[in-house]
Amino acid sequence: MSDEEKKEGAKDDLEPDATSGSQRSNDLSEELTAANDAERGESRLSAAEAGTESAVLETGANTDTSDPIDLERESRSGSTAESGVEHREADQETAEARAARAATKAATEGGAASPPAPADPEREAKLAAAAEAPAARAAAKAAAEGEAAGPPAPADPEREAKLAVAAEARAARAAAKAAAEGGTPSAASGSAEQPPAATSPRQPELDGLVALIRDAAGPDAIESATLNELNGDLPTIIVQSDHLTAAANALKSAPQTRFTYLRNVSGVDYETHLEVVYHLVSLTTGRDAAIKVKADREQPQIPSVTPIWATANWNEREIYDLLGIHFTGHPDLRRIMMPDDWEGHPLRKDYAPLDPEV
Amino acid sequence: MIRTEELLLNVGPQHPSTHGVFRIIVKLDGEVITEATPVMGYLHRGTEKLAEELTYTQIIPYTDRMDYVSAMTNNYVLCHAVETMMGLAVPERAEFLRLIVMELQRVASHLVWWGTYLLDIGAMSPFLYAFRDRETIVNLFNELSGARLTYNYMRVGGVKWDATDAWLDKVRDFLPYMEKKLVEYDHLVSGNEIFLARIRGVGRYDAETAIDYGLSGANLRCTGVDWDLRRTKPYSLYERFEFDVPVGRTGDCHDRYLIRLEEIRQSLRILRQALEQFPSGGETMGKVPRVIRPPAGEVYVAIESPRGEIGCHIVSKGKQEPYRLKFRRPSFVNLQILPKLLVGETMTNLITILGGIDIVVGEVDC
Amino acid sequence: MGGMLDDTLTWGNAFVFLLWGVVLLVLVLGFVTYAIYFERKIIGWMQLRIGPNRVGPLGLLQTVADILKLLIKEDTIPRKADRVLFMLAPALAYVPAFGVLAVIPYTQDLYFADINVGLLYYVALSGITTIAIVLGGWASNNKYALLGGMRSAAQMISYEVPLVISVVGVIMMSGTMNLRGIAEQQGDWFWQWNFLPQIIGFVVFVIAAVSELNRTPFDLPEAESELVAGYHVEYSGFRFAFFMLTEYVYMYAIAALTTVLFLGGWHAPLAFLDFVPGIVWFLLKFALVVFFLIWLRGTMPRIRVDQLMGLGWKVLLPLAILNVFVTAVYLELFVK
Repeated sequence: MSDEEKKEGAKDDLEPDATSGSQRSNDLSEELTAANDAERGESRLSAAEAGTESAVLETGANTDTSDPIDLERESRSGSTAESGVEHREADQETAEARAARAATKAATEGGAASPPAPADPEREAKLAAAAEAPAARAAAKAAAEGEAAGPPAPADPEREAKLAVAAEARAARAAAKAAAEGGTPSAASGSAEQPPAATSPRQPELDGLVALIRDAAGPDAIESATLNELNGDLPTIIVQSDHLTAAANALKSAPQTRFTYLRNVSGVDYETHLEVVYHLVSLTTGRDAAIKVKADREQPQIPSVTPIWATANWNEREIYDLLGIHFTGHPDLRRIMMPDDWEGHPLRKDYAPLDPEV
Repeated sequence: MIRTEELLLNVGPQHPSTHGVFRIIVKLDGEVITEATPVMGYLHRGTEKLAEELTYTQIIPYTDRMDYVSAMTNNYVLCHAVETMMGLAVPERAEFLRLIVMELQRVASHLVWWGTYLLDIGAMSPFLYAFRDRETIVNLFNELSGARLTYNYMRVGGVKWDATDAWLDKVRDFLPYMEKKLVEYDHLVSGNEIFLARIRGVGRYDAETAIDYGLSGANLRCTGVDWDLRRTKPYSLYERFEFDVPVGRTGDCHDRYLIRLEEIRQSLRILRQALEQFPSGGETMGKVPRVIRPPAGEVYVAIESPRGEIGCHIVSKGKQEPYRLKFRRPSFVNLQILPKLLVGETMTNLITILGGIDIVVGEVDC
Repeated sequence: MGGMLDDTLTWGNAFVFLLWGVVLLVLVLGFVTYAIYFERKIIGWMQLRIGPNRVGPLGLLQTVADILKLLIKEDTIPRKADRVLFMLAPALAYVPAFGVLAVIPYTQDLYFADINVGLLYYVALSGITTIAIVLGGWASNNKYALLGGMRSAAQMISYEVPLVISVVGVIMMSGTMNLRGIAEQQGDWFWQWNFLPQIIGFVVFVIAAVSELNRTPFDLPEAESELVAGYHVEYSGFRFAFFMLTEYVYMYAIAALTTVLFLGGWHAPLAFLDFVPGIVWFLLKFALVVFFLIWLRGTMPRIRVDQLMGLGWKVLLPLAILNVFVTAVYLELFVK
């Protein structure tokens, strides 16, 4: 029903895409019947409301009945201008992350959506396909427009509140993206929005580190640089993983920093991506800093700093074991805590043990 | 030409000297080790994963069980991390109590290390002397918190139980007794020729290696690096007290031995000053919200436990439970240098070196 | 007793010899029982605890209970172990230990064998135990046991040499290898006993003896904390009891030998005390040596294997040879 309708209603140039999209959508629709009612419903609703087309191809898969719960998804799918092109180019988020995030959002917002079904690779792949486009679309739209405005929606305070939250999240992502492109300090990592930081005595420290890393690793090495107020204004720099080695070398050997002591390496599973945090300290000056590197959730790969600081060896093995981040260049990357034949990475948020009684 | 075959030997997981359930796969050529691979994870209990579903106060008993020989410092690192995140002030009396128990714990932990180290080396009696003295401390903790090993004593914002004046007097009495005992121990062991022959020059490494491997505690200070978090990144009330940080020269087991013994002495010194300055009256808990919900963000704090730098990295999403809680365990990091040190050593020296690093397997595996 | 040895061997004599042998065996086993008990008690007191005190009055029956437990345990032989050698090793270890007791004189008239090469006999037989230990380590099919056996072989061979050479001085001074003769010739005053004139030899002998006994500080073959019991790790039950028995019987033998060679045997320390029977003095000195061995065990850490070899060859052997040389010079200059 809806697929065909939407396809026909689809705009102009994206007909060929529409075809393939709808085929995929058809397969997907059966799969998704059991769960994600909300998402599908919203997509359909939004499609109907926005009257947009190619985007609908993906969302068209979610054809079944409604429950306009996941408004973020809805609004995103509503704003679908360049989606058809974008979805092929944009970065992918794993299906799991998408589904999980959507589900969590649905759950926290008190939606009636049932939790996503247990991980099923086939389904996940299809979910990935379904999930790709809206996210990509949203990112593209955010980038293009800055502050994405929500589509016109029926007046409903709850929905508006949720829309606001969604918009906020989008704004944060947009700001982050803008910061990455522009290289200016953005809001502190981990929170959606923050007022601009008042000048702190450690700001020059942060600036110095940023300059040092830029010199050593290139102007686009830094994704963001902030002072972590909760931790005594700890300079926290998010470095692109390609430039990590160069940055780390610079931090270790530069005479003004001499970060020879790597205190701690932690892996964190933010559901959209994985992150590794390096805490450094200089034994001579007593100054400390934190470097973070993000990794994609599907294929997490980060260059190993073991050649630089030998202490990272087992730390990285532990992160590999428990979170699944692959450290390229590590001399001996194998499991350390779990038995050698263990499957899965226990510390991940979506970890489901093969044996439920374990 | 006589050729010997390489022997693959498993030291552990059950072995009297590996200080816990821990395994080293050793390739021997005669008596000389050509390669050593530690295998751990036998005691991995998933503390960090469990912590993601527990409130911060509920995690405190779990910290006790990580480094069970030095539970008070583990308690403190978690509470301190949460307090840093929330910007909570701890009342003075509570902070004094925390410091006193942490220093007593340091003494107890070093005594355990001393006794077991000498037992590994072959002297049977110092083990019992060390435990006799540790018994006094453990009884003090028992009186204070109700437990002898896993105290669950500190809370976010203070401590759970207050100490009576009688208890403080008992601590006061313990100090001169312990100092006398340390002299006795020196006479018994520290000058013993056999002991010195076993320990001097064994397991040597230099400062650069130590820093590169991220060693901490006595393992770092034995090479001459003056880095003690109580002094370089002060926390609690350490800035108020005068104490020395013993630093070694040669980086061998002998230096580590002497440093730890000296640290006991310095802890007693800190305790004496703390008891003198102890406030009469005061609260044991600060103003803590009923539901502990640190703001979203992350924090890393580290303190000096008897084994080295123990750190706590919390990522919070503003909920009652941490989003990610990672403990930087000193034994885990310190143990990394073991394979490097063991190449070319004999089996006997394996025990000496392993004991000198001072690990607790509960902490290695977390 | 000694007189009977010179008579012709009749059935009656043979029976008496056998009886005396049994008596000695019982005495030695009694000694072993209470040496173990006292070792646990004394080490316990040194470690601020009381040793066994439950089984029997004051815990006196503790060892009996332990030996009974060992005897009724299951006889496990590892599947891949060499059965014959595995079973042979403990017996081979024990027999020489009991064999050397034949030459020990207790008093002037109380002795079992009066061999003119008594000392040599002792040293020769005690070497067989080394073979048995290596055998036990090998036959166990266990790497730890093998390591322990090898270590022990190296250790015992290394220390037999200084042991023997350190008593050469005594032999030179006494002019005989007959143990009874050596004990007789030591005077009635304690400064006339051999330990003072032969002080270097005495020190070397004591150190080498402790090493021969595999006791702390030289207990590498059984280094509990390193090799998890070394060469007897696979032995359990009465086979293990045999190894332990061997160790304690050797303790008896060495203590007796020290008493005879260096501490004046049955002589009283002060001449006017000779109304006390010689056997009492012998037992007192013997007990002193045993106590010293137990005391060492409770105090000293263990020495490392390469340091042990270094000590044996580079320190004790030269000292022992020096002792022989000095004794020879002394005898040449002052006695001849």
